[in-house]
Amino acid sequence: MSAPATTEAKPAAPTAAPAPPPPSDKIKIKVDGREIEVPKMMPDWQGKPQPTTMLQACQLAAHEVPHYCYHPKLPIAGNCRMCLVEFGTPQMGPDRKPVLNEDGTPKIAKSVLPYEPTTPRGAIACATPISPGMEIYPNSPATKQMREAVLESLLINHPLDCPICDQAGECKLQEYSVQHGQAESRFVEAKVHKPKAVDLGPRIVLDDERCVLCTRCIRFTKDIAGDDALGIVNRGSYNTIAAWAEGKFDNNYTLNTVDICPVGALTSKDFRFQMRVWFMKETKSLCTSCGTGCNIVVGSREEKVYRYEPRQNDAVNSTWMCDSGRLNYKWIGRADRLQKCGMRIAERGMLEVAWPTALKGISAKLASAPSSSVAIVASARQTTEELWLLSKLAKKFNALTDSVARNGEGDKLLVNADKNPNSNGARLTGISGPQLGANLAKIAEGIRSGSIRTLIVFGEDVTKHGIGADLLAKLDTLIVSDILPNATTAAAHFVLPGCAHVEKRGTFVNVKGRVQKFMKAVEAPGDARPEWEFLHELVHNVTGQNGFSTIEGLFNQMAHEVPGFAGLEWAKLGDTGVTVQI
Amino acid sequence: MSFAVPANLEAQLDELVTHYPQKRSASLMFLHALQEHFGYISRDAVEWTARKLGLQPINVFELVTFYPMFRQEPLGKTHIKVCRTLSCALAGSGELRTHFCSKLGLDAQKHAPQTTPDGKFTVEFVECLADCGNAPVVLLNEDLLPKVTPAQADEIVAKGKSK
Repeated sequence: MSAPATTEAKPAAPTAAPAPPPPSDKIKIKVDGREIEVPKMMPDWQGKPQPTTMLQACQLAAHEVPHYCYHPKLPIAGNCRMCLVEFGTPQMGPDRKPVLNEDGTPKIAKSVLPYEPTTPRGAIACATPISPGMEIYPNSPATKQMREAVLESLLINHPLDCPICDQAGECKLQEYSVQHGQAESRFVEAKVHKPKAVDLGPRIVLDDERCVLCTRCIRFTKDIAGDDALGIVNRGSYNTIAAWAEGKFDNNYTLNTVDICPVGALTSKDFRFQMRVWFMKETKSLCTSCGTGCNIVVGSREEKVYRYEPRQNDAVNSTWMCDSGRLNYKWIGRADRLQKCGMRIAERGMLEVAWPTALKGISAKLASAPSSSVAIVASARQTTEELWLLSKLAKKFNALTDSVARNGEGDKLLVNADKNPNSNGARLTGISGPQLGANLAKIAEGIRSGSIRTLIVFGEDVTKHGIGADLLAKLDTLIVSDILPNATTAAAHFVLPGCAHVEKRGTFVNVKGRVQKFMKAVEAPGDARPEWEFLHELVHNVTGQNGFSTIEGLFNQMAHEVPGFAGLEWAKLGDTGVTVQI
Repeated sequence: MSFAVPANLEAQLDELVTHYPQKRSASLMFLHALQEHFGYISRDAVEWTARKLGLQPINVFELVTFYPMFRQEPLGKTHIKVCRTLSCALAGSGELRTHFCSKLGLDAQKHAPQTTPDGKFTVEFVECLADCGNAPVVLLNEDLLPKVTPAQADEIVAKGKSK
């Protein structure tokens, strides 16, 4: 069902990203014999306009230049030499005018060694700016020879332990060796042995023998995470990445160094030896641990989630995510997940029932509920579509509604103090007011006074938020949907097993108003169903309104009816979302 | 043994920092001074330097491990530097170093400088000592010894042991 996604791969215009560089002049150059016009200036790692580099120009010309140390979101280091390319510039005569060929085209002087004019002198594409008329030869024999030589040098002390290496399958050293390297090693000397399985920090293991010393990890932790913890010690062949105090590399962003490590030197303690990367299905999704809504890729196999990795979205999280969010997936596979619908019958207690029975029972109860006797507490962890469907129920019964505020600590980089992924979704759909949780006391009071006889709870344990078990016991009907059992599900008359976000599709609205969608990675356990599916049924039974039975249709209908989402369409959200006014 | 930099040395170093546009630029001078005073650069000395210059210890440690003249451990009383560069290598300096190592019970396979457990000898392979005509050359503490033979090596070891 995610078919439209392929056509949406183009990132939407980032609104929160640094302003695009001012419209600058274009430069005409030739890449691999084909003329192309590229901007004179392009954004650097911080988004500031800088002279366009040969690597950026080659990318625009759809020529991939292999590289290890270059990363678009890190300062340029230029130390791996992998992006060396042969190039030439227009030859100048003594009169500083271009020398022309017989056919009138400018004569190109290829870059060569000063005293060895037959040997091409390459330049590192990542750090060399282009100039008008420049010709870049990314596929020339000389370029290929340079790549071969660099790879040979990088492999000298590499252990070639791919069969037991976690990076295998997503390793740039493997990929480039196949694409650009030699089939056999000429190295007959003894390899230098370096530290293995170094315990860098609580979540990171370092294998110094696999390292190619690109320094991406050093630059990331110094310039992005602001924790200057890593460095290179010793010299020459004995160079190794190290931390001053082993085991203490412990900021909340350390696992990003595993992502950007082009080889298997830095591995995640959580993921290593768990799953071969080529067996995993990758699903575009979102992190739900706070209101930032970092874009992620969920790696799963056979209905089990193995890892979260950040996915680039310059309007939200660049290419990073925090460690706490990344590792917050284990609860999805918990053994005590709610898997069956439950219905409480006075004399027989809680019975396991099928979905039709449960929904029929709930519909019957709601059909006889008088106006204003119903209240709804819906978590700001539910999707926007689910909250909107609940708001339809609320409208029907003139019900008091609210969500639960979840505040914690934020940081300067990504972590937000709002720990709900969809607080703005709750506000926009009218489930909560500007201040989440402001109505909870009123709902508790309503139950106490007896004016509220029916409570619908989605995804919260209300006993922890001022509506205790004593109050729940006063209700005629308590309808609860959740993922894991808690005190509220234990008190419910109807229990409806819901889905984790990786088990369904939907949208969240982040703290800055970015409406982003996420895809389904794994099947829900047992009878658990996406909440929007059965809510849609329930809304139909109770209000008589029919909606769409697909998430696309549901979203589009919601966008049509909710002013805050005016003009949005599921298909137009793309992979990186659209920002709405909050 | 607690680490303490004497007040006058600290004052000297504080003054030194003012000579540089950035504090960080004084790193090498700090390390030289600390090695001069303590004989080697301990982990405490690295942390002290980092604290004084507003750096992370890893920044200072990178320098200490990069330059061979900085020692992370106390040196032996007899410091034997064997030249490893081309003419000495051709003249058998590799064998000479192995000879020293086996005489002193050190591991010739190890890369870094090594000190005997009794603290009497340090054997180190170094780059060119600028006396290529007299290869193989050894720098024994401050004295340059030309054309060192295994017999001379044994003498050096015997002398050092009696010190």
